[in-house]
Amino acid sequence: MENITYIAYLISAVCFILGLKKLSSAKTARQGNILSGIGMLIAIAVTLLDKQIIDFTFIIAGIVVGSAIGAIAAKKVKMTDMPQMVAVFNGFGGGASTLVALAEFYRFTTTPEVNVSITLVLSLLIGTVTFTGSFIAFAKLQGLMKSAPVVFKMQQFVNILLFLAIVVLGVLFVIQPSSGLELILVIAISAVLGLLLVIPIGGADMPVVIALLNSYSGLAAAMTGFVLNNYILIISGALVGASGIILSNLMCIAMNRSLINVLFGKVGFDASAGGGEKGERKQVTRYTPDDAVMMLENAGSVIIVPGYGLAVAQAQHVLQEMASLLEKNGTEVHYAIHPVAGRMPGHMNVLLAEANVPYDKLMEMDAINEDFQNTDVALVIGANDVINPAARTKKDSVLYGMPILNVDQARTVIIVKRSLNPGFAGEDNELFYGDKTMMVFGDAKKIVTDIANLLKG
Amino acid sequence: MIGPLLISLYVFVLAIFIGFEVIAKVPPLLHTPLMSGSNAISGITIVGALISAGSGHTGVSAFLGFTAVIFATINVVGGFLVTDRMLEMFKKGKK
Repeated sequence: MENITYIAYLISAVCFILGLKKLSSAKTARQGNILSGIGMLIAIAVTLLDKQIIDFTFIIAGIVVGSAIGAIAAKKVKMTDMPQMVAVFNGFGGGASTLVALAEFYRFTTTPEVNVSITLVLSLLIGTVTFTGSFIAFAKLQGLMKSAPVVFKMQQFVNILLFLAIVVLGVLFVIQPSSGLELILVIAISAVLGLLLVIPIGGADMPVVIALLNSYSGLAAAMTGFVLNNYILIISGALVGASGIILSNLMCIAMNRSLINVLFGKVGFDASAGGGEKGERKQVTRYTPDDAVMMLENAGSVIIVPGYGLAVAQAQHVLQEMASLLEKNGTEVHYAIHPVAGRMPGHMNVLLAEANVPYDKLMEMDAINEDFQNTDVALVIGANDVINPAARTKKDSVLYGMPILNVDQARTVIIVKRSLNPGFAGEDNELFYGDKTMMVFGDAKKIVTDIANLLKG
Repeated sequence: MIGPLLISLYVFVLAIFIGFEVIAKVPPLLHTPLMSGSNAISGITIVGALISAGSGHTGVSAFLGFTAVIFATINVVGGFLVTDRMLEMFKKGKK
């Protein structure tokens, strides 16, 4: 029987790997997710046959409650709220790892070996940090607490102290693993640590944090796998851990920041950054939706650059309507998606897919950046830092070196924006004042609706 | 003779490399479904949770196992369903 279990786990692991592999193309992605789901079902089914399980009361109750909550949340969540949702799920994953590892400790009948004790402590540490950290990320993204960084004096010092305390408790437990007191303290301190690690991170950096917590939830599962000596947990945990690391790294590159800087740099709360030029108020010409329509009607090619302002205004659907009208008019329309557009990796693609934009119109930055120079109109909606030429030219700017969309190379640039306020980086955008730029001020949804109506008429 | 810890470590390290290889090929277009989908996979802890909850203990261990089953099931069911819901929306253009 044991061998059958282990073979079934191996099949599950293969399903997960193939499932993730199928995510490399939009055509096969859905199939891939279903394959991963089948892998999970196999693992669960074969575990239920395990001879250690003699009572199904708690199992059935737990599965019923968990499935109901998970299914309702998955059905109800708005696509704009996806980052919070993933944060919460990460949190539950990390929490589950902690609980399983702790439960295993209470089931020990003999003194655990050193390697088991070490991974047990690691599992509690990572799992609990993921749990509380994810809920803080959720609260920030959901607006339950301010998204601005919360900082206090000696914060880093306190974090280091807490971490050292966990190390000391961990060592004590490994030497003398009889009482659970050390473990409870490790969990309590890790909970505080998770909270303190996420509160100083600003709203704009949340994509990185969520990706990182995703990675942690995988590592926590892997550590629990070490404790249980169960390879399926180790393999799955490692896969998720790798995924989270890749995504956090990509986000950091796209924001021109190092991971250390994101986690401890406290960027985003100092509104005075780059404020040296505030003295000179440059002139900007205001254009109306009518002016924009004139340009768009005569354009052979348009690239739309959506930013998070678009999603905030819930303008995705009307934007798609407007784009269809332009296409009917014979204009070629594409969307240029910057890696950090939205509130989590790939978020903007999901928001536009929901609005029925075909995915072959959604171009990633490297694939479309060369095309701007041959494009009649670049239509920017609610984006700022990701099109700021200061990233190329202004050496003293925080943006300098960040990869941007070459919007300024298009023949005409139309920017729909609520105001001239700088973006998260606090850097003024010279593109707003350019000769070929048309600034149209107002709410994204209202402006795009006006443009769509004018195109119809 | 190689001990159980070392075998686990081999598996862990090699799986990380597979993870890097496979996931580096996922296009930015699908990064959000990748996150929610891989998140669902990390709910594999449910395997451990089931054993803790069902091993017939009544004390702390069973309670922890029960809570872990709830948490992991939310993670698994919610994660796979929401990923499917997103992927369903990705459609290719006509013609």
